[in-house]
Amino acid sequence: MGGARTQGAPDGTRMSGSDSDALRPVSVRLERCGKTFADGTKALEPLDLEIAAGETAVFLGPSGCGKTTTLRLIAGLEMPDPGGRVLFDGVDVTALPVEKRNVGLVFQSYALFPNMDVRGNVAYGLRVRGMAKPEREKRVDEMLAMMRIEALAHRRIDQLSGGQRQRVALARALAVRPRALLLDEPLTALDAKLRDALRVEIDALLRRLGITAIYVTHDQAEAMALGDRIVVMEHGRVAQAGTPREIYQAPATRFVAEFIGTMNRLAGRAEAGRFVTAAGAIPWPEAPAGAREILFRPEAVRLSADGETPHLAGAVISAFFMGDHTRLFVAAGEGAPLVVEAAARRHFARGDRVGLVVDPAGLLTLKDSA
Amino acid sequence: MARYRLFLLILPAAIVFTAFFLLPLAQLFVIGAGGKDGIAAYAAIVTDRNYRASLVATVLLSGGVTLATLIISGIAGVFLTRNRFPFRPAVTAMLTFPLAFPGVVIGFMVIMLAGRQGLVGDVTQWVFGDKLVFAYSMAGLFMGYVYFSIPRTILTVMASAEKLDPKLEEAARSLGASPLRVVWDVIIPGLMPAFVAAGAICFATAMGAFGTAFTLATRINVLPMVIYTEFTDQANIAMAAALSFILGAITWLVLAVARTAAGSSVAAAG
Ligand SMILES: Nc1ncnc2c1ncn2[C@@H]1O[C@H](COP(=O)(O)OP(=O)(O)OP(=O)(O)O)[C@@H](O)[C@H]1O
Ligand SMILES: [Mg+2]
Repeated sequence: MGGARTQGAPDGTRMSGSDSDALRPVSVRLERCGKTFADGTKALEPLDLEIAAGETAVFLGPSGCGKTTTLRLIAGLEMPDPGGRVLFDGVDVTALPVEKRNVGLVFQSYALFPNMDVRGNVAYGLRVRGMAKPEREKRVDEMLAMMRIEALAHRRIDQLSGGQRQRVALARALAVRPRALLLDEPLTALDAKLRDALRVEIDALLRRLGITAIYVTHDQAEAMALGDRIVVMEHGRVAQAGTPREIYQAPATRFVAEFIGTMNRLAGRAEAGRFVTAAGAIPWPEAPAGAREILFRPEAVRLSADGETPHLAGAVISAFFMGDHTRLFVAAGEGAPLVVEAAARRHFARGDRVGLVVDPAGLLTLKDSA
Repeated sequence: MARYRLFLLILPAAIVFTAFFLLPLAQLFVIGAGGKDGIAAYAAIVTDRNYRASLVATVLLSGGVTLATLIISGIAGVFLTRNRFPFRPAVTAMLTFPLAFPGVVIGFMVIMLAGRQGLVGDVTQWVFGDKLVFAYSMAGLFMGYVYFSIPRTILTVMASAEKLDPKLEEAARSLGASPLRVVWDVIIPGLMPAFVAAGAICFATAMGAFGTAFTLATRINVLPMVIYTEFTDQANIAMAAALSFILGAITWLVLAVARTAAGSSVAAAG
């Protein structure tokens, strides 16, 4: 899980293209943008959201939570319900159709034009805008070089692999110097290895260009790695928006806590600097009075060393050898099993008794459970 | 072994093709060359002014019918695929109704619309004091053929329009393309295979259609009519055969050229 990143790079480190009409990223703002579809489906509750210029915002959430719908509102492919407004750099663009908004779109399914070759695809937006041929050719060459697909310039689309297609789609979207780049699960259709490689590349590209980017995914590792800010969505609402670090370390709701990463949960009560559970007591000087439940990540708990007094006692339910560590599921107390990471060299069998030590710095409570 | 099996698989088709196509065609060719002018009968199609005129008229008519049909069906087909409205199934069913009619009935309908006692005549008489009658001419034939060709073309276009990826259009628009530009750059190329397939059938049908022409007027100068006249009135069987053979050959040639020309775009769209 990657850590948070500073928001955008200082201006000096940003590449701004070789021409004078360099990318000028905009801030994007949604005001009370709800969306009810013609069939009555309420895809989005009215939501407010601000994405800073040059920022990479990742929309993360389970299937059907409204990520794509929000992206399409920003793109101008859908109109918000009456009362909602979309602003680019403070200017109301709600009434502008997609072709006038100058945003780049990248889809999971690539959506490349099959009747044009790679060059034709990348040149399309420039051709539509009536850019003169010499300039256009130069720009296309730049884009092909940037995405390292020069060798494919004259290929037909059906002669490309998935990864190559997505590179072409990125080159096509960026060729017109869009004010914002919108990506809807661009890597979901690719196999795991390629996905990682292209993700690293997209990350570097977005930082270098300093473009405002909005990236939709339901893969939290992808969200953590790419986002300056993550917008976690649930049922057409924003559950929490914050840096990856904030989202991971201080989830605002139970949904966010359980959707991102692995979260252990124990019921009990706070009492005289300790949190007492059915499996034992955890020393916790700052325990908030009245806490009924604590949450902690697997990295906040470890097996007790020989001679050390454990906080919790439990029994191994199952153990998975992961290569660099062993992942244990431990029954402790009444709730769901706790996930604990142990050293890889030790062997465990079902039913082994283990003692657990919890780091109080990693303990969380949620407002709704306090 | 594999080749032997392939041969077996292709055999039934080969027998049918030979019995019902190659043999009659060869015979037709021989009969065409067996008249008093011999093989020269085949030259008559270009040397004889009347034959040449009717050939040109037939090709132009068929080409025009194909173009008009594709434009009308293209627009209607995409509209019907993209829009859900009450009575949509009824409208679709109505548009595809003429599929069931023989050419005679189509001709009859054209007369009812644009004939001497037709609707168009009555209205123009009332508005302009002059009767507009065009049923018994090329214009009437054109109308009848278009009417007759629209159903299957619409069905082909609709099947193909269902499969158009709306994301392609969205991508084009996000790159700055106007809706009209999207039609030209995305929708038409996407429908091209359907246009070629449906257009080929439409053209071939129009080249050989007889019933409608026969109902409208025996004087209409299209090739199937000329063949009929040669055969019955003049009893010039050799000439009728030669013209038939040429009608078939030209239709086939035009279709082959259209397919090849469209082939590159179709292959690219694959
Ligand atoms: N055109 C539409 N008409 C009616 N309902 C729609 C339409 N598009 C989306 N929806 C509904 O709106 C809700 C949100 O859909 P959306 O596509 O935004 O989800 P998503 O978060 O992108 O999900 P996924 O991860 O599966 O892509 C869903 O319940 C979906 O069924
Ligand atoms: Mg989606």
